[in-house]
Amino acid sequence: MILKIVVLAKQVPDTRNVGKDAMTPEGTVNRSALPAIFNPEDLNALEQALRLKDLNPGSTVTMLTMGPPRAADIIREGLFRGADNGYLLTDRAFAGADTLATSYALATAIKKIGQPDIIIGGRQAIDGDTAQVGPQVAEKLGLTQITYAEEILKCENGRITVRRHIDGGVETVEGPLPIVITVNGSAAPCRPRNAKLVMKYKKALVPLEMPAEGLPYAEEYKNKPYLTLNQWSTADIDADLQQCGLSGSPTKVKSVENIVFQAKESKTLTASDQDIDNLMKELLANHTIG
Amino acid sequence: MNNVFVYCEIEGTKVAEVSQELLTKGRKLANQLGVSLEAICAGYNIKGKVESQVLPFGVDKLHLFDAEGLFPYTSKPHTSILVNLFKQEKPQICLMGATVIGRDLGPRVSSALTSGLTADCTALEIGPHDDKKAGVHYDNLLYQIRPAFGGNIVATIVNPEHRPQMATVRSGVMKMEVLDPNYKGEVIVHDVAKFVPDTDYVVKVIERHVEAAKNNLKGAPIIVAGGYGVGSREGFGLLYDLAKELHAEVGASRAAVDAGFCEHDMQIGQTGVTVRPKVYIACGISGAIQHIAGMKESGIIISVNSDPNAPINTIADYVITGTVEEVLPKMIKYYKANSK
Repeated sequence: MILKIVVLAKQVPDTRNVGKDAMTPEGTVNRSALPAIFNPEDLNALEQALRLKDLNPGSTVTMLTMGPPRAADIIREGLFRGADNGYLLTDRAFAGADTLATSYALATAIKKIGQPDIIIGGRQAIDGDTAQVGPQVAEKLGLTQITYAEEILKCENGRITVRRHIDGGVETVEGPLPIVITVNGSAAPCRPRNAKLVMKYKKALVPLEMPAEGLPYAEEYKNKPYLTLNQWSTADIDADLQQCGLSGSPTKVKSVENIVFQAKESKTLTASDQDIDNLMKELLANHTIG
Repeated sequence: MNNVFVYCEIEGTKVAEVSQELLTKGRKLANQLGVSLEAICAGYNIKGKVESQVLPFGVDKLHLFDAEGLFPYTSKPHTSILVNLFKQEKPQICLMGATVIGRDLGPRVSSALTSGLTADCTALEIGPHDDKKAGVHYDNLLYQIRPAFGGNIVATIVNPEHRPQMATVRSGVMKMEVLDPNYKGEVIVHDVAKFVPDTDYVVKVIERHVEAAKNNLKGAPIIVAGGYGVGSREGFGLLYDLAKELHAEVGASRAAVDAGFCEHDMQIGQTGVTVRPKVYIACGISGAIQHIAGMKESGIIISVNSDPNAPINTIADYVITGTVEEVLPKMIKYYKANSK
């Protein structure tokens, strides 16, 4: 069957590789010191979407992301790997959104795109680790959901079968389309970029990325409409501003602290036989071990 | 009205430990606020089986939902139960485990009720809050405290205007304590059909395979844990050797799990299990705050690390500067030599 698939993806700071300069002396996050990457589990989700497209010719994969203009990287990355098109939600009014305000914006954009058969994204993003946006988008669209998916086993006759991770095991579930699926990091990794697609889309930009003085190859952008990526503001998706950004976020950050653990008086030892022999004697003598 | 609610997760007829930990915490929060503690159990053939696992934690009211289709868990029916019950009962706080189920259910409920939800809290407290911009003062808000941004900072989150204030908490973070084995709480058996429309039963569980946890990290008196510095899956063999001698369990940091050195269920830290062993031997673990959040209450901490400036060393009682390959065989050797 021909499927309309939307992939939810987020550009995140690479919190897994936090260097010493990632925090300012005041204890705030130095975002510019962290490279921006494609959220890892969203790549697992993209792969599942592309596999469905491969198995169901005529299907389309649409990238949807929200962020500053540079988050257009997410759409380009998707196009390089086989997605058909994409939308960037970008507006100051989206800033400061918690998961609920984010899911409102995404759900509203999805309605604007036109209800897809499958909305698929990573289980969670590495900058927040909340795993909330997928289920919240599902609820806002009135759809059911399958979270922690590891593999889509079957998709036919309007139903989808998915193997998912659960605490202490796995289960196989079947649900009706349309549906929201979130994909676990244990799913298959994403395929690499396709060289031909990189050539085709490498110059693709959202309007906000285009220099004010005009593009050097304006003619090319005119002839190849796919080089101009879709960019939507709150007005473009008819969003209720009360539900966007900070004002649409029930959770407020009261305070943020750098954690300082109570430093202990520690005994420093070398790896020498004598030091370790003494340590073991001490721990055995005071019944810490043994 | 205005009470503290805990959603209890049930496997068959067994209430999850994390839910009992949250009931213990919920009781304390309810005392502090001067309100009741209420629990929700939803499953199939659970009536007469779950009450004794729930009420002793000081539950004043247990809402029981027993119907075919409520086990195994699927998203929509359990969401409808919570959403419709909360519309009637208007709780001020709702806690659930940061498990696969809690993290599937919590966001849906929070979206339906437009209430805030904070995931993976490591501490919950009650306190005042001033919104300086709006000039509003709030008393008795739930402080939802969690590491954020890859564990480099700790954030305190509040939901000033929206109810319930919802939070998920990982297994082992809160301590479990029976308040009174004979605690008298009311049990209300609800008519499930009044809460869950038939159209909610849309996802079918075709096959399900659950194994009891392979390790006993939460209850282990001694833990040998490995990090990225262990270097490989094979490198973990040394940790198992030492653990065997010490009758210890083997755990891991997220970095080691992500690198594929060991199984996911061995992860200790904010997004894994929280442990409080008598002795914690950290091997090649640098000590990201998320990891430390899950083991800092250990009795004695021994850090084996080739980097003398590894962050974990600041909270260690013993710091051994050396590689895991070098130090662990010596620990085994001299443990054997001295324990005889």
